[in-house]
Amino acid sequence: MRDLLDEALAGVAARPTRLILTTLGTVLGIAALVGTVGLGQTAAGQITQRFDLAAATRIVVQPEDKGGQEGEAATQLPWDAPERIQRLNGVDAAGTVSNLDIGDDLVRNVAGVNGGEGKALQVMAASAGLFDAVRGVLGTGRFFDAGHDQRGDKVVVLGKHAAERLGINRVDAQPAVFIGDEPYTVIGILESVTGRAELNDAVIMPNGTAKTAYDLESPDAVEIRTQVGAAQLIAGQAPIAIQPNDPSTLKVDAPPKQGAVRKGVESDLNALFLLLGAVALLVGGLGIANVTLLSVLERISEIGLRRALGAARRHVAIQFLVESVIVGFLGGLLGTAVGVLLTVGVSWVRDWTPILDNRLAFGSPLLGAFIGLVAGTYPAWKASAIQPITALRGT
Amino acid sequence: MTAVALPAPVVEMIGVRRFFPGPPEVQAIRDVDLIIGQGEYLSIVGPSGSGKSTLLHLLGLLDNPTGGVYRLDGVDTMSLRERRRAVLRGERIGFVFQSFHLLDHRTVLENVALSMVYVGVPRRVRLARARVALERVGLAHRMEFAPTTLSGGERQRVAIARALVAEPSLLLADEPTGNLDSANAEAILAVFDELHHEGMTLAVITHDDHVSRRAQRQVRIVDGTLQW
Ligand SMILES: Nc1ncnc2c1ncn2[C@@H]1O[C@H](COP(=O)(O)OP(=O)(O)O)[C@@H](O)[C@H]1O
Ligand SMILES: [Mg+2]
Repeated sequence: MRDLLDEALAGVAARPTRLILTTLGTVLGIAALVGTVGLGQTAAGQITQRFDLAAATRIVVQPEDKGGQEGEAATQLPWDAPERIQRLNGVDAAGTVSNLDIGDDLVRNVAGVNGGEGKALQVMAASAGLFDAVRGVLGTGRFFDAGHDQRGDKVVVLGKHAAERLGINRVDAQPAVFIGDEPYTVIGILESVTGRAELNDAVIMPNGTAKTAYDLESPDAVEIRTQVGAAQLIAGQAPIAIQPNDPSTLKVDAPPKQGAVRKGVESDLNALFLLLGAVALLVGGLGIANVTLLSVLERISEIGLRRALGAARRHVAIQFLVESVIVGFLGGLLGTAVGVLLTVGVSWVRDWTPILDNRLAFGSPLLGAFIGLVAGTYPAWKASAIQPITALRGT
Repeated sequence: MTAVALPAPVVEMIGVRRFFPGPPEVQAIRDVDLIIGQGEYLSIVGPSGSGKSTLLHLLGLLDNPTGGVYRLDGVDTMSLRERRRAVLRGERIGFVFQSFHLLDHRTVLENVALSMVYVGVPRRVRLARARVALERVGLAHRMEFAPTTLSGGERQRVAIARALVAEPSLLLADEPTGNLDSANAEAILAVFDELHHEGMTLAVITHDDHVSRRAQRQVRIVDGTLQW
């Protein structure tokens, strides 16, 4: 067997130019396949990486149409919605968030140059739990707690950009801002939040404070952070927990199911490339079959000689079969390399992390070998059927 | 046909026929009785188309007789299946062809070693024995050459080395000097003489009386039948 492999290798190596041409179809086919699947996986990986934790665990509940209809009592979220939600199994954090209407009031840094220039900033109200629900990260200071909320303390937390615009970057000296004419103490600056990006540009005060200062009647929305995998379940339960009497008046934004994300990635374009890859593979297989057949015809006298030297029909068949398997395998190997390079290259340009399934990387050369096997079957059989006397004629 | 003193002749053909089905049917070999004893140097001479190559193919188990009996080294080859015939062929027969049949992409050494691949000789042993065989035909200095760089005479000597290296019972040569000039032909015939003296059994097929006369015994073939 080892000898037959050596003989086949020598047979393949004898015609290097032809080898390259023969493998071309397989190379293209495997490259297209590996590239398509690799890029698909990479892109899917990006989506998962970028949104998974944030998007896949984020739920937002808000009234179907808050304050829309005149007269009709518009649905209002209860203040205790976060507490109700928190009772559900699978919820990590929940908090309310609301935009406040401050009219034409501007926000000023009390200690700012020229007494601070007024900035048009969004002012928002939140419950203490919001910080956790939006995966808040503090740049400095602290977020307000339930105590601030209950007492209606005149404190605010600044979003990162809001703080920059106001020229406030530390809170240890208890800086204050004016909203309109009212002073508020800045107790913290957010570094980042996830999901609700407008918090970055906002001045945020406790609900209790907003109720007094701006007559906030009810929260705009509840931000919920669930445990991984619990989002779908919580999305179903949340409206009932918040509004047992009339859950249908609440609108729930939940992440799409895992399958839906993946489906989106396997777009038509992908299918097209896979199809092209399959066609290229078919052509590649036919190419191998064709060239192997040609090689059989060319090497009839070699076949005759081998038979004269004691080769049985099967030895001849195996040799040509192994040769075409080697050709297919080399094509697969080369194609895989090209496909991987393609994936890595595109990822590099797009600034993605290339993701490639090991099974794909190791399986593709084997797929090439398999194509070689299938393609070589007929020529090998042909070769083995050649009568030695025919093969040696003209001696 | 006289009785032979040797215990088991290498070749024993009785009433062997080879017809190629037509139409028209060609009776390439008809009623051939042939015995080749161990150590004999036989030539089979005849004009072109007389059936020499067909007979050689039958002798070499490359082809099956249409009828008759053929025993090689006492083994009845008629009842053998293809695999057994291939093994027997590889082990007992060495071929030398008019057109050498060397693989151009392999070195001289590899070409010679090739004849032991299908007989199951381990690779190391193969190469060692191939070297010895090449030294024997005076080509020690050409082992790593490609066959295409050799002269016709040298190529045929490579082919002879290849035929000998598996230590066959019978060396079959089909027009071994057909592609060679007279000097090279003479060198090949000298190798045959030497092999004969060493006890090798040879059957050389030729249309050339000059070549035929070098053999110990000559048989004429005309229209597929042997004439004594
Ligand atoms: N495979 C074959 N099919 C039909 N006829 C054949 C075949 N091989 C040989 N012959 C015929 O058999 C006869 C003997 O051929 P061959 O043995 O090659 O002669 P030689 O070698 O003496 O020149 C020729 O008439 C040839 O045409
Ligand atoms: Mg002939």
